[in-house]
Amino acid sequence: MGLFNKIKKVLKKDDKNLITYEKGLSKTRKSFVNKLANLSLEYDEINDNYFEELEELLINADIGVNTVMDFMDKLQLRVSKEKITDPSMLTEIIVDELFIIYVNDEILSNKINYNPNGPTVILFVGVNGVGKTTTIAKLASKLKKEGKKVLLVAADTFRAGAVEQLNSWGKKIGCEVVSDTNTNDPASVVYQGLEKAKLNKIDVVLIDTAGRLQNKVNLMKELEKINNVSSKVLPGSPHETFLVIDATTGQNGISQAKAFKEITNLTGIILTKLDGTAKGGIVLAIKEEVGVPVRYIGLGENQEDLQVFDIEKYIYGLFKDMM
Amino acid sequence: MFESLTEKLESAINKIKGYGVITEENISDAMREVRLALLEADVNYKVVKEFTNNVKEKALGEEVKKSLKPGDVFLKILKDELLSLLGNDKAELDLSKKPSIIMLVGLQGSGKTTTIGKLGNLLRKKNGAKPMFIAADVYRPAAIEQLKTIGKELNIEVYDEGQTSAVSIVENGVNYAKEHGYDLVLVDTAGRLHVDDVLMDELKNIKEKVNPTEIILVIDAMIGQDAINVITGFNDALPLTGTILTKMDGDTKGGVALCAKHLTGIPIKFIGVSEKLDGLDYFDPQRMVSRILGNGDIMSIIEKAESVIDEKEAMKTAKKIQAGKMDLEDFLSQLKQIKKLGPLENLLKLLPGARKLGLNNVNIDPKQFARLEAIISSMTIKERRNPDIIKASRKQRIAKGSGTSVQEVNKLLTQFEQMQKMMKMMKNGNLKMPF
Repeated sequence: MGLFNKIKKVLKKDDKNLITYEKGLSKTRKSFVNKLANLSLEYDEINDNYFEELEELLINADIGVNTVMDFMDKLQLRVSKEKITDPSMLTEIIVDELFIIYVNDEILSNKINYNPNGPTVILFVGVNGVGKTTTIAKLASKLKKEGKKVLLVAADTFRAGAVEQLNSWGKKIGCEVVSDTNTNDPASVVYQGLEKAKLNKIDVVLIDTAGRLQNKVNLMKELEKINNVSSKVLPGSPHETFLVIDATTGQNGISQAKAFKEITNLTGIILTKLDGTAKGGIVLAIKEEVGVPVRYIGLGENQEDLQVFDIEKYIYGLFKDMM
Repeated sequence: MFESLTEKLESAINKIKGYGVITEENISDAMREVRLALLEADVNYKVVKEFTNNVKEKALGEEVKKSLKPGDVFLKILKDELLSLLGNDKAELDLSKKPSIIMLVGLQGSGKTTTIGKLGNLLRKKNGAKPMFIAADVYRPAAIEQLKTIGKELNIEVYDEGQTSAVSIVENGVNYAKEHGYDLVLVDTAGRLHVDDVLMDELKNIKEKVNPTEIILVIDAMIGQDAINVITGFNDALPLTGTILTKMDGDTKGGVALCAKHLTGIPIKFIGVSEKLDGLDYFDPQRMVSRILGNGDIMSIIEKAESVIDEKEAMKTAKKIQAGKMDLEDFLSQLKQIKKLGPLENLLKLLPGARKLGLNNVNIDPKQFARLEAIISSMTIKERRNPDIIKASRKQRIAKGSGTSVQEVNKLLTQFEQMQKMMKMMKNGNLKMPF
């Protein structure tokens, strides 16, 4: 316990990132937190109805069904063991337990795993329409501001307009883009991109791939081939593989994480579109069930709206009004 | 799509059948499982509660008690409740106006642009419409190029003015369509959040200016509990006349399909079932319920076959098969017809009992078909009509020409020989069908 105080200490007022977090998550937060706060006002004592409403709240945040069920069991046990009867005391425990589920005694680092001996390769994967290309543009602009030499590789050879989309982002942020309209083999574009990166002493290569539903075996095999080509041209690459997930995604997020982890060496999740009303709670279940942590979150359409994920800030953003 | 739900429902039905009588206890047990399956499918929490309560209440009612077969009555209750969730009838598009204007709206990445292409293609084929697209997504880089590429592929004209004002583009586009005799205008709009007031105002303005016949919300079937916020958000601003669920070919459980109509009154009109431009189907609640209850959807298979298979060609082949005279040329033409059916996995899933037979997880490599086609295409007409003359040197030539190996050519020839034998047996009436 004492989590709130800890969080408050971590986040001193003029933290710029925090302000963006708050702004972006305000719509998400409002409904969730209001309900949780109302819940403790509504009930004088903790009973079955209270638990049922709490369960509804968590499921509405898209936190995985299994995770919620386990969580409710744990909570009920703790309540009876510690003889807690006051709902207002429970609020803090709820936050605490959610935090524990996510962190799970691991040391989570959000630093990019840079390659000390050459270009660092980051592969972006995900289902259709989650925002891979836009996210790449945002990350590229971030890295460029840090003084890195960034190269974009347009390996989405399938969707109409995908290459144009990346090209137009490249122009906007001033990054070179490798594309090849003569081939529909993404692995070949990746090959060209990485060879170029070696030659031109590029720091970071961001590879955009086509959106693919995780149950399409042939498309997943294609991803395997991209991986193989990458590690052949630059041994040890890709150094990071990010799965981009849309915050509105429900329970299917778990299946996405599982399937992509089987094919690639998934090192993180990027959760996009958190500026709507969706809560993206599925990332808690993904961390618990699949073991892949969130690395960045997208909080808006601007280039600077991509933020390094921080579980403390995320929970703080969700529960701020209660403190 | 609803496999785990189907499984849980089947197990509930079987349990009830096994008990022979429905009690408060065994129905509660059965419904607990159903509840979890529904929640795991992202069905709205409130709807899950309502559904399970209704089923339970009816199952414990007088009618069931009197029945000698409570399992069957229980099945009927499930079917009725599912149908009342989904809405009983198919929701048709209003295409009576000339031109009819259909505007597609939705969150970013839900699949609006691709769906515009599929919808134009479908309505041209089925309703004989003369469609035109308007590219009014002026924000996402290359969105206009994407629509133009799709338009080019389908040979459908795309009206665009680059990245200028969406409202005036749509207004001018509709006028252009009227002048040029188009009777169906499909408007592609930028993806936006339902809480983005500025962009929602843009949609309202477009609506004021051109008064669309249909305003349809495109929803990603993988959406979670936020679905209800999104639908009501767009509906409050516009209102909507229907929804289209995309990416239903994923392994999503698509729970939004089960609750969208019930919660908002807005019907689902189409579902997206593949990445190809013919991957859009009408949404039919009756068939969906049949699939959820594990009874398959034969009607959809037949319709699909009817829409792509050339009847004359099929009759010709059937006659040849009956006469035991099918050759490799007929085989090739059949392969080509099968290819037109789209991914075969999708069809297998529609078979009754597909899950029990393990057909829901079958993967068919489309390259396999391509190889067979290549082998036959590398034969001369003479060889195709009379495969017996294909000996070693011819085999080598065919393997080289098709980029395959002699083994693969051999395999195809052996398989074909077996097929011929079977057909001869059929002709002589000696063959017992395996089913």
